Amino acid sequence: MAPHDLRRPFKRAAISDQQKRRELSLLRQEQNRRDAQQQARCLASSILSLQSPLPESEPEQSDIELETAPEIEKESGTLSKDLDVPRASKLRGPEVRKWFARQLMLPEWMIDVPDRLSQDWYVYARPAGKRCFVVSSNGTTVSRQRNGSILHHFPSALPAGAKTRDSSGSGQSYCILDCIFHELDQTYYVIDMVCWNGYSLYDCTSEFRFFWLNSKIEESAYTGVVPYVKDGLLFYNKHAHYQTGNTPLVLVWKDENCSQYVIDTDSKGEIPSQQQVVLELQDNGKLVTSDDPPVLFGYLDGDIIQKSGLHSGNLLRFAVSDGGLSFVDGKLDKADLNYLGKANRGRAFADSYSKVVFQFTVRHSPLKIDDLLASINSPDDQEKKPCDVEMVG
Amino acid sequence: MSNCYVDPKYLSVPYQLLSMNIRAMEVTQVLLNAQSIDGAVRKNAEESLKQFQEQNLPAFLLSLSGELANEEKPVETRKLAGLILKNALDAKEQHRKYELVQRWLSLDANAKSQIKACVLKTLSSAVADARSTASQVIAKVAGIELPQKQWPELIGSLLSNIHQLRAHAKQATLETLGYLCEEVSPDIIDQDQVNKILTAVVQGMSASEGNTDVRLAATRALYNALGFAQANFSNDMERDYIMRVVCEATLSPEVRIRQAAFECLVSISSTYYEKLAPYIQDIFSITAKAVREDEEPVSLQAIEFWSSICDEEIDILEDYGGEFTGDSDIPCFYFIKQALPALVPMLLETLLKQEEDQDQDEGAWNIAMAGGTCLGLVARTVGDDIVPLVVPFIEENITKPDWRQREAATYAFGSILEGPSPEKLIPLVNVALNFMLSALTKDPNSHVKDTTAWTVGRIFEFLHGSAVDSPIITQANCQQIVTVLLQSMKDTPNVAEKACGALYFLAQGYEDVGPSSPLTPFFQEIVQSLLTVTHREDAGESRLRTAAYETLNEVVRCSTDETAPLVLQLVPVIMMELHNTLEGQKLSSDEREKQSELQGLLCGCLQVIIQKLGSSEPTKYVFMQYADQIMGLFLRVFACRSSTVHEEAMLAIGALAYATGPDFAKYMPDFYRYLEMGLQNFEEYQVCAVTVGVVGDISRALEEKIVPYCDGIMTQLLKNLSSNQLHRSVKPPIFSCFGDIALAVGEYFEKYLMWAMSALQRAAELSTHTAGDDELTEYTNSLRNGILEAYSGIFQGFKNSPKTQLLIPYAPHILQFLDGIYMEKDMDDVVMKTAIGVLGDLADTLGSHAGSLIQQSRSSKDFLNECLSSEDHMIKESAEWAKLAISRAISV
Repeated sequence: MAPHDLRRPFKRAAISDQQKRRELSLLRQEQNRRDAQQQARCLASSILSLQSPLPESEPEQSDIELETAPEIEKESGTLSKDLDVPRASKLRGPEVRKWFARQLMLPEWMIDVPDRLSQDWYVYARPAGKRCFVVSSNGTTVSRQRNGSILHHFPSALPAGAKTRDSSGSGQSYCILDCIFHELDQTYYVIDMVCWNGYSLYDCTSEFRFFWLNSKIEESAYTGVVPYVKDGLLFYNKHAHYQTGNTPLVLVWKDENCSQYVIDTDSKGEIPSQQQVVLELQDNGKLVTSDDPPVLFGYLDGDIIQKSGLHSGNLLRFAVSDGGLSFVDGKLDKADLNYLGKANRGRAFADSYSKVVFQFTVRHSPLKIDDLLASINSPDDQEKKPCDVEMVG
Repeated sequence: MSNCYVDPKYLSVPYQLLSMNIRAMEVTQVLLNAQSIDGAVRKNAEESLKQFQEQNLPAFLLSLSGELANEEKPVETRKLAGLILKNALDAKEQHRKYELVQRWLSLDANAKSQIKACVLKTLSSAVADARSTASQVIAKVAGIELPQKQWPELIGSLLSNIHQLRAHAKQATLETLGYLCEEVSPDIIDQDQVNKILTAVVQGMSASEGNTDVRLAATRALYNALGFAQANFSNDMERDYIMRVVCEATLSPEVRIRQAAFECLVSISSTYYEKLAPYIQDIFSITAKAVREDEEPVSLQAIEFWSSICDEEIDILEDYGGEFTGDSDIPCFYFIKQALPALVPMLLETLLKQEEDQDQDEGAWNIAMAGGTCLGLVARTVGDDIVPLVVPFIEENITKPDWRQREAATYAFGSILEGPSPEKLIPLVNVALNFMLSALTKDPNSHVKDTTAWTVGRIFEFLHGSAVDSPIITQANCQQIVTVLLQSMKDTPNVAEKACGALYFLAQGYEDVGPSSPLTPFFQEIVQSLLTVTHREDAGESRLRTAAYETLNEVVRCSTDETAPLVLQLVPVIMMELHNTLEGQKLSSDEREKQSELQGLLCGCLQVIIQKLGSSEPTKYVFMQYADQIMGLFLRVFACRSSTVHEEAMLAIGALAYATGPDFAKYMPDFYRYLEMGLQNFEEYQVCAVTVGVVGDISRALEEKIVPYCDGIMTQLLKNLSSNQLHRSVKPPIFSCFGDIALAVGEYFEKYLMWAMSALQRAAELSTHTAGDDELTEYTNSLRNGILEAYSGIFQGFKNSPKTQLLIPYAPHILQFLDGIYMEKDMDDVVMKTAIGVLGDLADTLGSHAGSLIQQSRSSKDFLNECLSSEDHMIKESAEWAKLAISRAISV
């Protein structure tokens, strides 16, 4: 029963900074957890929240300012608390391009033929054109390119894609389609779906995938007539779900018969005499690809780094010189590279390993359609899974 | 002695029971030795006591109680015997306490009754120390036994003694009743006995009691018994009687009685606020007289009465927002508002009674400090009304030659800055700020400067920022403010500390100022000055170094993109400081503590910087060049200690993991052991909680790369959950952490699924229903949220995996849990949001398997509809998601 201490805090702030640090940490962790959850549930919402009212047909070259996005968020009131907004709204230029590019599933280039090609893979002819997201929500539809810039702004028949008098639809509904914009007939060809009417289609069944052909490759995809200009073949692994970033479960393959753009061209549309690659400069002069984990291609001389004022993170352009690329046991051993300069600043990423190798082999000993067909018809392959119940065809 | 009801035959028994090591004759000697100044003798004695206790606990306790009861023994050994006895019954640490309670309950009944008889007998001892120790032992035994419905005769026998015993025994019995009320909760004792206890206590307090010690003991006992007096305070007559006796006791000639009586009034002011109206006028007169005339311990309590009334009214006004309808439990009686014209002058007078150098003395508490604090509370209670009552006092005193008057005026001003509206205060501040800045540099008195710096800080804290319409800081005075504050940071440590505080709030006010901050031109100078402060030789005084780092943190947090390069430059500087703390060798324990504290400040600062730079891509990118080195430093900070981890370093690592992403994997081999150590730290549960949070950060950063460490982490987390030594507040985050891990590793979580699910299921069963107070409900909700976040992470982690079907068996239970908490109707918004999300995740992952289960569940539909129409955006958003996932699951 000692007299209780009646001292009160005197001339002091009630909350200590340490407590504040703890609380801010907890807040950050909560927010990160919600982000992760949100991304798992539907990556759509994070993209939608960035759907800023930029002027139509924003030219590609401009650095995109997303400063206004949060305000619009408040007005629309639909997804205003979405968590990526504060962070994404601070992104500028290349960062925003990276951010958007990270939301897309990016195919690797086919540098060798995967096993069970006929059983486990779908194929279709990729339309020639710009890869983009088509996002419908709040009564309008916006298409965004890989770099995040807006291509078009239009009403569409997609759910929530146009303003209608019929208000029965949910205000929260939206679609995100992975498309290619085919200039010639001004048509968006849907190559995959990310979200339909508000929910994720990571795991959607094949009937949603409009252009997928289960029949034999040479008939439909390669030689077949499609209502658009082809640009190579896309192979989708059946078990692949929509995942962001580079994935080996979607492969792109091209030859001159099905694509105008087999060998990379330079900015003038001409094929350079030497293959060019874009690599990222890292600490210690390391040059790496955009893969995760990155593939090391070599080191840049410290002198060049200093003279050219380069720093870690720069994307640099190289020519593949006469020494070319050499491989040991299927792995890159040496690359003979010649530094050209900084990459076009529109670039968000370095080249992927598969792209560099594909471009290299295209110039030297390309993977041919016959190789693909041969693997399909190989008896070995067919015996292995003679009665695959998953075969739809 | 005639009424001692202990049968002497019991008293002979302990002596027969004594073990071989200590015989009865020896106990006294051992207890004396245990207090010897000779360390070796003392140690030996303690060892003997320990052995005795281990070999024969009943005999040990009996011999102690015998020693305590024996009038022939020296007072020191009796006191120590009682103390050891008391410590055998109670401990601070919850787990240990529980063990001791169980040990006592299972003790031989015969031994227990003998011990109780001995201590009761001691209450009538002639030796005051023996009586007092016995009182405490009795209360501890009562605290264990009364809730078990044991020792029913205790209160009766104590009460019967009151009337018959001599003064010293009466005093001891009252003291025992007081301790007893402190130990047991009111619902254990029935009203009839409560009435009798209160009657005895209040009679003992009354002026008719001639013995001062008895009256004091009774007054102190009432303080503890007040919590039992709910029914009595509802009865007008009984309440009038109690209040009259308490008020009379405040006028006693004995200062300790007056002080104790005021303590009772303070306690009554919070426990029975709503019953005070009839007495408040009288209490004001009594307190005013005490504040002006009585000795300090009494006048401090008298002021505390009004501070406590303020606390009550602030709470009530906050709870009900000033709008009283029929359903508010306690109405506001506006006692402070009514007393205002007399109360404020009384408090202002106290401000002039400062002690010299009170600002340098951390433990100081005097009437001026209490009065000023109360004035601040009054301002928060009444708002604008206080301003006209205080302004004349400020104007009259602020320019006086006597420093006491200037300081009092400044303190009065600083005290009323929280509460009144900005409209009322800003015109005053606009006049005063310039004066304050000038006083801060020119006033000859350190005490005045201290209070002035504090007041300037309060001005910025409450009247500077985006929420205030008319800014008090403009382009015209910003430069001057910064210059003065930086100048004051070179003043004595206590003044410099307050100047840092003012700078803290100056920066905070520009927190969301936009792309360009008015502080940008001064940023470098501010940072430099703060770093200089941290290096002052006297920075250890008045918390100065801590204040400087805290201010640096806030300056960094509130900085804008313009100054990002400068924040980046700060990184190697702070790293170097941290590096320097690692250099010292062979530190004394005192030095080690200082080192650890400094490391804490530096790690805290780095954490803030990492979080700041990591929040935007371009700065994060540049910052990452330091990541390896910083991590290396953190690991070395950990290595400074042997068994515990440094909380601040752990927090900073969480921020680093978030910024680093998957690359953090390279640090894991070295870091893992400290992570495990943090998870094992039950004693410093904050450290454990922080580490659990960091596991979440690392899971999100590493994703599947965390797999090699999962076995260890999951094992430890499951262990923590099943421990009853770990503070309960850590358990909800552990569940959330399961979700983080599952989301990161996906179907690999299969390995832990059974264990995690059974832990979740147990916790879900326990947390479906809430019973208890608000605090428990709040805890239950945080537990529910953790459980639900775990389910969410697990479902999303397994989505699209061929192993999804492993989750199907758990779905019915999870739906039942959702049903249960929905029915309970006491979810908070956060739980609701998470819960409806789990329903969506379950449907999303299990698809058609979940469809029928959801349709069968009792309340899913109602729950969903309720959430869909929620006002809360987050709940609504989760509900929309759940709706879509469910409709898809059902349609398949």
